[in-house]
Amino acid sequence: MTTAFFYALSGIALFILGLYALVIRVHLLRKILAVNVMGSGVFLLLIALATRTQSTPDPVPQAMVITGIVVAVSATALALVLMLRLLGAGGKAELPDEKIE
Amino acid sequence: MSNQQKIPRIFLVILLSVMGAGLAYTVLSLPAEAPGLSERVTDNIDVSGVENPVTAVVLNFRGYDTLLEMAVLLLALLVVWSLGPVPQRHEVAPGEVLDYLTRLLVPLLILVAGYLLWVGAIAPGGAFQAGSVLAAAGLLLVLSGWRFSARFTGLSLRFPIVGGLAVFVLAGLAMMLDGGRFLEYPVAYAGTLILIIEVAATLSIGLILVELFLGGRPSQCQSPGARIASKTEK
Repeated sequence: MTTAFFYALSGIALFILGLYALVIRVHLLRKILAVNVMGSGVFLLLIALATRTQSTPDPVPQAMVITGIVVAVSATALALVLMLRLLGAGGKAELPDEKIE
Repeated sequence: MSNQQKIPRIFLVILLSVMGAGLAYTVLSLPAEAPGLSERVTDNIDVSGVENPVTAVVLNFRGYDTLLEMAVLLLALLVVWSLGPVPQRHEVAPGEVLDYLTRLLVPLLILVAGYLLWVGAIAPGGAFQAGSVLAAAGLLLVLSGWRFSARFTGLSLRFPIVGGLAVFVLAGLAMMLDGGRFLEYPVAYAGTLILIIEVAATLSIGLILVELFLGGRPSQCQSPGARIASKTEK
């Protein structure tokens, strides 16, 4: 197993860990963090798989990750502001757990 | 309650294990060597106007992605601003050391941002890296008590924020007037065009990230002083 695959598998592990936390954790801040960990896993996977070349790594996945990081940052900022609004409106940063009838 | 929660949690672990194993199997079954698009990028690097392959992809070959990404940043900021003004927080004046260090570091960070922007043409760097360093400088200022003066929260703040996207779109449209396609730069001007777009994008990204951090619309009726009140008393 080459280093590229080692990093790629680490990326998958991060993604799965993040997904677990996203489902299990109730507090929205933890959910937002979980989505970020999942995103980092995807970025790690993309960058790792880009190094499977003879000489310089493939620049296209690197460009995609640069784009992805900026989008992830803006989405996180938006999610955090929404969370703060919810906290201000309802008193707790959790989604209501109501049964649909 | 705990018993009720335990059963789905085990199911979740099993489900995620299966998913992880499937993903791992897929990745491991990929060929150990795959040049991807790197050869095509290397072959066409001469027409991109820059020497660094990542910058060439970000701003020339896949310029459309980057254009839309600037739009996403702007959209996120618009939504944050529409949700309300900057929330009031308890603020403490920074100590002497932090204050001095900020004054020392911020010019240095601006210099680093400029360097990253310029070096992006030939080595790792570029608009996003420079923009984030600029945002770091801005956050340092915000965290140590500096605020935008109310005079600068009007159009003089909005123009540079929209500037990144506007310059990008205008550059793309200008290419159409010239007979080319949207964002298809002529080889002779490609380097210059990319630099102009990158300068505008760097400013935009830096400002947008700082404004996203502040988490609300800048208020227009602030006292005209640039610094918080507790700061000047000290």
